[in-house]
Amino acid sequence: MWWRKLEEKIVYLLMVISVASLVILLLAVLISIFVKGTPYLSWEMVSQTPKGGYYFGREGGVLNAIVGSLYLSFGAVFLSLIFSLPLSLAMNIHLRARPKIVNRIRFVLDILWGIPSIVYGAFGFTIMIYLGIKASLLAGIITVGLFIMPIMVRGMDEVMKNVPVSLIESAISLGSTRMEVAFKVMVRQTIPGIVTAILLAFGRGIGDVASVLFTTGYTDNVPTSITQQTATLPLAVFFQLGSPIPEVQNRAYASALILTVIILIISIAVRFLSNKYYSNRH
Amino acid sequence: MEDTKISIQNLNLWFGKLKILNEINIEIPENKVTVILGPSGCGKTTLMRTMNRLVDLQGEARISGKIMLDGEDILNTKRDITLVRQKMGLLSQRPTTLPMSIFNNVAYGLRLKGIRGRKKLWPHVEKHLIEANLWDEVKDRLHDPASRLSIGQQQRLCLARGLAVNPEIILADEPTSALDPISAAVIENQFYKLKENYTIVLVTHIMRQARRIADNVVFMYLGDVIEQAPVDEFFNNPQHKMTREYLRGAFY
Ligand SMILES: Nc1ncnc2c1ncn2[C@@H]1O[C@H](COP(=O)(O)OP(=O)(O)O)[C@@H](O)[C@H]1O
Ligand SMILES: [Mg+2]
Repeated sequence: MWWRKLEEKIVYLLMVISVASLVILLLAVLISIFVKGTPYLSWEMVSQTPKGGYYFGREGGVLNAIVGSLYLSFGAVFLSLIFSLPLSLAMNIHLRARPKIVNRIRFVLDILWGIPSIVYGAFGFTIMIYLGIKASLLAGIITVGLFIMPIMVRGMDEVMKNVPVSLIESAISLGSTRMEVAFKVMVRQTIPGIVTAILLAFGRGIGDVASVLFTTGYTDNVPTSITQQTATLPLAVFFQLGSPIPEVQNRAYASALILTVIILIISIAVRFLSNKYYSNRH
Repeated sequence: MEDTKISIQNLNLWFGKLKILNEINIEIPENKVTVILGPSGCGKTTLMRTMNRLVDLQGEARISGKIMLDGEDILNTKRDITLVRQKMGLLSQRPTTLPMSIFNNVAYGLRLKGIRGRKKLWPHVEKHLIEANLWDEVKDRLHDPASRLSIGQQQRLCLARGLAVNPEIILADEPTSALDPISAAVIENQFYKLKENYTIVLVTHIMRQARRIADNVVFMYLGDVIEQAPVDEFFNNPQHKMTREYLRGAFY
């Protein structure tokens, strides 16, 4: 029997190694951003838009990019949610009896998920030219919204498909319409998974450069309408890192740190709220 | 003579190419317990699911024949199917509580019927929990999640929830098979009481249970109805050889 014990030990060791390396990698990324970014992070960075000499290392901040990124990602998440939630609900309630169709939809979504964001950017750009829309917050929201939709739908779908059919049927047998099953039973049952899907999509959306590269334009001002151009944090990082001036490069790390912290805060806050909601009911 | 509540006429059902129910004819009398007996796989669950049209959710099902409920063919009704379903409470093998509190599980169907507000819901919820013999055990924790109840309590909650939509019929598909003996006895007793006001169709495996609460028994085998008779006749003087063998325990 010694070999079975050994096998057990080896598998256990492999697990520990892979978990540890994941954690180490994650920490390395976070720590390097914190170490490089923190010294250059200042109140000025987060509270001011770039002033005249900003790109030569003088005064100003990246408020334009912070606000732009928040507008863009909230807009895109909202837009995507409007389509993603009904689609994933329909796939798992209305189309439950048609697994072939549902699997085809899943297949298409998985392909869409795999398409690099630069392609969505190029697609958005083409559509904009075709429709005569200028680079703007709106164009960015639509492009990013499209790009994160498959992520959101599949994320929700993945939890919804695990909801036992008996639960749906018991609600149906009480006389619910399928719409009522969707929102009164399915959504309630899968709230944590829905939230995870939204956060995943949000994280991908707010951090992506390629999809906004051609679609949002770039400006030093905080946008006041969706038809205006907007800066975003990923692009701010990109431009600043490309600068030959060391002060500006350092600010790129500070900007990356701001982006990371925003994602952390929003993820933790949303998760906290959803857990509170969920544990009251389960 | 008793009134017929449900009359199943020449019912056939196919899943794809497979024929599951074969020329079923059953008369279900009002405010009586009709027990459906038969070895597993003979189509009892499918029959129950056809009666409240849950099979509609299974794309591959094809049906012919009639199920007359109060003189109306529910397989071919122009009425809203959700209203037809609300005439029947379904209790399945395993209880499936909704992801909400005990109170809200019972209130769910009431709300669908347009009864709103805690004050208005309260007396209904209490009444049906008492009807399902669960009230004493849960009255102090109505706002706990239903999933925290034991399986036996959950099944009684499902019964209360089903009764709350004010059905005329209770369809119960082996409702006690997943329960401990005590919970099973409680549910069985409840059925015995409920038959005064409800038409009950009960699928069971348990002879003793059938004998104790049935008024009529239907015996099915491989999608066919072999025999249907009042309970005493069925057990004391079965007409068919197959029924006799089944009762003898020759097959399950
Ligand atoms: N969705 C389905 N597709 C194909 N066959 C099914 C489906 N559901 C049930 N069946 C078949 O129908 C027959 C009757 O099943 P069921 O009604 O569950 O029997 P019982 O409840 O009497 O055990 C079984 O042979 C089962 O395999
Ligand atoms: Mg069955």
